[in-house]
Amino acid sequence: MKLSTFVYCIREGFKNICRNIKFSLASMATVSACIFLFCLFFSLIANLQYIVKNAETGVGITVLFNEDLSESDILKIGEKIKARPEVREATFISAEEAWDNFKKDYFRGKEELAKGFEKDNPLAGSASYNIFLNDISKQESFVSWLKEQAGVRTVNYSSSAVASLSSFNRMIAMISAAIILVLLLVAVFLISNTISVAAEFRKTENGIMRLIGATNGMIRAPFVIEGTIIGLVGAMVPLLLIYYLYAKVIAYLSARFEILSGVFRFLPIESVFPQMSLAALILGGGLGFLVSFFTIRKHLKV
Amino acid sequence: MIELSDVSKTYETGTRALRHVDLKVEDGEFVFVMGRSGSGKSTLLRLLLKEMEPDSGTLIVNDMPLCGMPRRFIPKYRRTIGMVFQDFRLLKDLNVYDNVAFAQRVIGKGTREIRENVPEVLRKVSLSSRYKSKPAQLSGGEQQRTAIARAIVNKPSLLLADEPTGNLDAKTADEIMCLLEEINRAGTTVIVITHSREVVEKMNKRVIVLDKGIITGDTCRGET
Repeated sequence: MKLSTFVYCIREGFKNICRNIKFSLASMATVSACIFLFCLFFSLIANLQYIVKNAETGVGITVLFNEDLSESDILKIGEKIKARPEVREATFISAEEAWDNFKKDYFRGKEELAKGFEKDNPLAGSASYNIFLNDISKQESFVSWLKEQAGVRTVNYSSSAVASLSSFNRMIAMISAAIILVLLLVAVFLISNTISVAAEFRKTENGIMRLIGATNGMIRAPFVIEGTIIGLVGAMVPLLLIYYLYAKVIAYLSARFEILSGVFRFLPIESVFPQMSLAALILGGGLGFLVSFFTIRKHLKV
Repeated sequence: MIELSDVSKTYETGTRALRHVDLKVEDGEFVFVMGRSGSGKSTLLRLLLKEMEPDSGTLIVNDMPLCGMPRRFIPKYRRTIGMVFQDFRLLKDLNVYDNVAFAQRVIGKGTREIRENVPEVLRKVSLSSRYKSKPAQLSGGEQQRTAIARAIVNKPSLLLADEPTGNLDAKTADEIMCLLEEINRAGTTVIVITHSREVVEKMNKRVIVLDKGIITGDTCRGET
């Protein structure tokens, strides 16, 4: 396609939108609503995944050893644990350290009560390793491996918190997918209607074009461009809105729920926006392109 | 050259529009096709425009066989034809210049070429001074001149005119016919479909008469 023809098609696409402004705006608004929700859920899911990831990597495994095992034997097992690729961090806690930690927590303010145990560590034989993994999905297999090791008495781990966060994440993803799907169908219907009206407006013009010898591509291009522009503009509006609102909402949530700031850390807009805007523009533009392409195929034949 | 051999066309409704038509039009000829409503004139036109396929027979235009022509070749074929309608079919939002330029744009001509060709064609049809006018501001004759300019701007080898004087008064009709004759003299084959015996008689050209899908007369120039 020559540059002048391409420019002509772009110009005609814009003209179509102007001629048909009410329908075009309605289509853009629907695409915007759809993409706005998409961006909203995208941010929500991205943040939830971030929180889950943080929570996952914060959940540790504690491994306790047989009481008759010497510290050097425990450290040998510790070396094997550290050599595992899924292990991010493994910290040895001796029986003395375990007792000191317990004392600090349990006898806070009444330290004199613990003096009776000074020469008799109730946690003797409680030397342990605190292990953190790179990827929580490997927890089960790692725990199985640990349990098979000679000298290992107990392995304590918890997956309930992570599991509930993950299932909440999945539920949000499914609800958002359902809402976005319904809105996408409405957008498809409205864009298709807009293109049909535009095709009706240009019926004479298209007829003349056909008889003069314009190719199908040339006749369809302005409509496809119109649909793509509707989709892209429909995507850009909510992106600008989200860009503006995101920082404000995060600032509000962080201030309002300051107490949870240690648990819930949110992603900065710079981390979410590039992927989100790319996905939104592809979704909006792609939707406009495909719907207009298939709608106009029905209307124009050689 | 246009050559129809044993061409028949029956519509789904059962109407037999053309029956075993044989016709030959040489390059550079000026031909009138006459006939009453339902005689098959429009069907002949639509076949020549490759808007439909005949049921049987062969149709060759400018050495291109139209029967079974792949879809992708149709636009290319149509670029060799200019078409003029009774109702002009001008784009009402565009001025004279843009209506003519439209024909060049849709076949992908560049801006420079359009700027050279359109004024030249407007001069030929004596519309240079009205190039900025919208169709609504033009007389019937001027509108038809614009339509003719649009039809010839891509330099077709064949010009098809469907009742080009049907909406015009006698004087303007004469002017339009003179313009078509001028175009024909420049080498373009012209086929005019008309009801008007008056126009045909004045022009003294070859006349093909269709009746119920059959060619009932083919009177060469000068014959009566």
